[in-house]
Amino acid sequence: MKAGNTIAGLALGLGLASSSLVAQDQDPIKVGVLHSLSGTMAISETTLKDTVLMMIEEQNQNGGLLGRQIEPVVVDPASDWPLFAERARELLVQEEVDVIFGAWTSVSRKSVLPVIEELDGLLYYPVQYEGEESSENVFYTGAAPNQQAIPVMDYLMEAYGIERWVLAGTDYVYPRTTNRILESYLKMLDVADEDIMINYTPFGHSDWQSIVSEIRRFGSAGRRTAVISTINGDANVPFYRELSNQGISPLDIPVVAFSVGEQELSGVDTGPLVGHMAAWNYFQSVETEANAQFIEHWHEFIGNDERVTNDPMEATYIGFNMWVKAVEQAGTTDVAAVEDAMIGIEVPNLSGGMAVMNENHHLSKPVLIGEIQDDGQFEVVWETRDLIPGDAWSDFLPGSRDFISDWTPPIECGKYNTETETCESQDY
Amino acid sequence: MSRTFSRLSLFLALLWMSVTDAAESGDPSIDSLLQDLAQANLMEKVSILEQLETSGGRDMLPLFQTMLQGDLYFDEASGRMVRLVEDGEDAMTATDALTGESLESVVEDQVVDIRVNNLLRMRLTESIARVELMEGDVSQRREAARSMLDDINGRSVNLLREARESETQESVLKIINTGLAMHRLTLADDRQERLDAIALLEQRLERPVLNLLERYTPDGSAGETDTAVAGAAAEAVENIERRSRFYRFIEQLLFGLSLGSVLFLAAVGLSVTFGVMGVINMAHGEMLMLGAYTTYVIQQAMPGLIAHSLWLAIPAAFLVAASVGILIQRLVIRHLNGRPLETLLATFGISLILQQTVRVVFSPLNQRVVSPEWMSGSIEINPVLSLTNNRLFIFFFALIILALLMFILKKTSLGLNVRAVSQNRNMAKAMGIRTEWVDAMTFGLGSGIAGIGGVALSQLTNVGPNLGQAYIVDSFMVVVFGGAGNLLGTVVGAFSLGTARMFIEPSMGAVLANILFLLFIIVFIQFRPKGLFPQRGRAAE
Repeated sequence: MKAGNTIAGLALGLGLASSSLVAQDQDPIKVGVLHSLSGTMAISETTLKDTVLMMIEEQNQNGGLLGRQIEPVVVDPASDWPLFAERARELLVQEEVDVIFGAWTSVSRKSVLPVIEELDGLLYYPVQYEGEESSENVFYTGAAPNQQAIPVMDYLMEAYGIERWVLAGTDYVYPRTTNRILESYLKMLDVADEDIMINYTPFGHSDWQSIVSEIRRFGSAGRRTAVISTINGDANVPFYRELSNQGISPLDIPVVAFSVGEQELSGVDTGPLVGHMAAWNYFQSVETEANAQFIEHWHEFIGNDERVTNDPMEATYIGFNMWVKAVEQAGTTDVAAVEDAMIGIEVPNLSGGMAVMNENHHLSKPVLIGEIQDDGQFEVVWETRDLIPGDAWSDFLPGSRDFISDWTPPIECGKYNTETETCESQDY
Repeated sequence: MSRTFSRLSLFLALLWMSVTDAAESGDPSIDSLLQDLAQANLMEKVSILEQLETSGGRDMLPLFQTMLQGDLYFDEASGRMVRLVEDGEDAMTATDALTGESLESVVEDQVVDIRVNNLLRMRLTESIARVELMEGDVSQRREAARSMLDDINGRSVNLLREARESETQESVLKIINTGLAMHRLTLADDRQERLDAIALLEQRLERPVLNLLERYTPDGSAGETDTAVAGAAAEAVENIERRSRFYRFIEQLLFGLSLGSVLFLAAVGLSVTFGVMGVINMAHGEMLMLGAYTTYVIQQAMPGLIAHSLWLAIPAAFLVAASVGILIQRLVIRHLNGRPLETLLATFGISLILQQTVRVVFSPLNQRVVSPEWMSGSIEINPVLSLTNNRLFIFFFALIILALLMFILKKTSLGLNVRAVSQNRNMAKAMGIRTEWVDAMTFGLGSGIAGIGGVALSQLTNVGPNLGQAYIVDSFMVVVFGGAGNLLGTVVGAFSLGTARMFIEPSMGAVLANILFLLFIIVFIQFRPKGLFPQRGRAAE
């Protein structure tokens, strides 16, 4: 092999092109995939691993990237948050990957962040999250709170005339931050304290009797009530079952979930859920050419026509395509060059229109609200007219209102105080 | 014979069709409205529905109901509204949505799904309630009347008055009179009439009644000037709230019992193995999971018979979990006899192996276990208190399991051996009991019971690889609290922990309640390390 290269090099360029250089140019580009394949989060993250592999396969079939093949390096952080940091270090130091696609929970992202920044890696994070963060080395392709939560509140007030709110969530950083943002948004709109009920439950909470009964009482005070659910993962099924068993239909008290998508519904008897809602930037039922192709391709790749697609998959799709485009534009996989090229890059959404990467490393995306149907799919009942730019620092939290993130000169800062015009440090 | 019959029915159907055709062609607007409905967007559908109700009236009821269930389709070929329902596996039956006659020419790919959203569903339920108030069966009439309490206005009052004329059922009449009394309180001028209305409303528990009365209290939003009325309203509110509080207490008690039975089902198998063998089985949760997966597999194997599959799943889950349990005992635990720490680690490893095996075999995704019809919904005792069917089922199921276990332990020779071994292993051995065999059987029994618990859990929560982990901590808590190896202890432990949690949760939140419970257990075992009902006998020391 090496001898062959040497001969080729000699034949090509009077021995000017060194053999090792040619060899390196034909080495595959390494892409790290950092998703849990075992443990509690395997249910969600395995799908994203497969999505990245599918995108890589497709890219390779179309001639690779910069004339080189792409080689995936898959590791399993096993739903263990500190292990995410270790595996990320392994990917960057030992495997020397050029980019990492990965992480799901906020705590896993926060665990990876210091490693990525220290070793100057590049991470594409594909899940909706609570915001209040912006790293130079991370591109956030999921929704920030203003791209999911805030539009939902406006829709519920307008279409349902909701006046009382239950903010129910699992007890961890994403629901807590989101609910803080929502609460101060509601207060801004003069919703009284007694019209907001906040409830947190542990991960995997399974006995919802007393909480649902509480919600029912709260919701029968004669004014329209809705539940904003940031309940995560496995706790959702018993929650919806209890709602329907206690006779609460979406017509009485609609539930809008931020963490329930097609994937979560695929292992569920959806009868009791019909009519409840979810807000995302993508639904499998969206009728566009790109989406139809994507779904077909996905079924082919995974070998199962029953498998659904969901929002984090679209975010992965967008992230991967953006990275490919940025690398092509920069002509190299060098992190700094790709980071610069990323800003302003546009790739098509699966849900129609173009996604744009902004200076704050967040996307501009459309927001959709869907009602759950009995086949586990969503009927889109509302969508934003324009793309909504993701906001890293919420305008509705007292502490973060003055901050912006802008990674282009002259600011080049993830937490820039517009009042004092200084760059503040972030502790993840 | 059958051929003549089918011809005859065909003829009748044709005759009927021509009759209805004639009737419909006399009113072309309905036909064209139906056409419009198929093409309209969600917003336009609302107004089309209103027009359909005014011109079609009661005939539209089956159409509305089909539409509400999401089974309504428009057949472009015949221009008819069709009801398509899945019938067993992959087969669809089509019927005309208005007349109910069965259609065979409908091809599934050529129909347009009439989509509904919540706003439409609301309109549909209102329209249906207006018809059902007059014509439904008792429970439909009751529900319809009750739904009108939410919005007492001129239209609903007229309907209620009309319904009162024909209504014979006492329970429905009461609700109708409630609605009319609400109307009188709001609009009547005569003080006595309004006081009478309040006296009537005071007897009720419906939330809209309470909301209305609250508005007429001295500092309510209605700004009532008549102090006598306001005073009476305040008293009535007080009275209703007192009764509601009582029922809420009962409700919480029942919630506690139902959580208790879940905890019991999860923990009792552990209590048996822990008590007899002193083995801390960390893979116990996975036995629950195996039981739940057995339910799933059986449902997959007999798709048409969801309601019966559960009965088959119970013995199957017992067998599967029991044989895995015996296998673990024979292959691993037996060799670690008397080394509790190693046993704990080994069973923890087994638990991880089982989880990952399920992930590989079934995928890491949750599997869909359908609840039979008779397990969803609830029995309503009054507007404040109702019992959900699945919880009732699980409660009685737990009682049956308890009785069965009692029987096995007290009345069979296996039970006698088990009790003998658990009281004094060496003495039992000296008496000629094959303790090895008893150990294996006990482990099988404990695991099998956990498998049955898994069948019950599959009706409440997700069937996924993590199912067991969610219950293992609670199970240990119950066993430690109640005292290992003591059936009575497990029962008391499960039900008292369940009830206490349901009473604490509403005021403190689920997270704090969890912390509080673990703290309580830590403090508790300081004083009673052997639990509420410790093992007696010499070996227990």
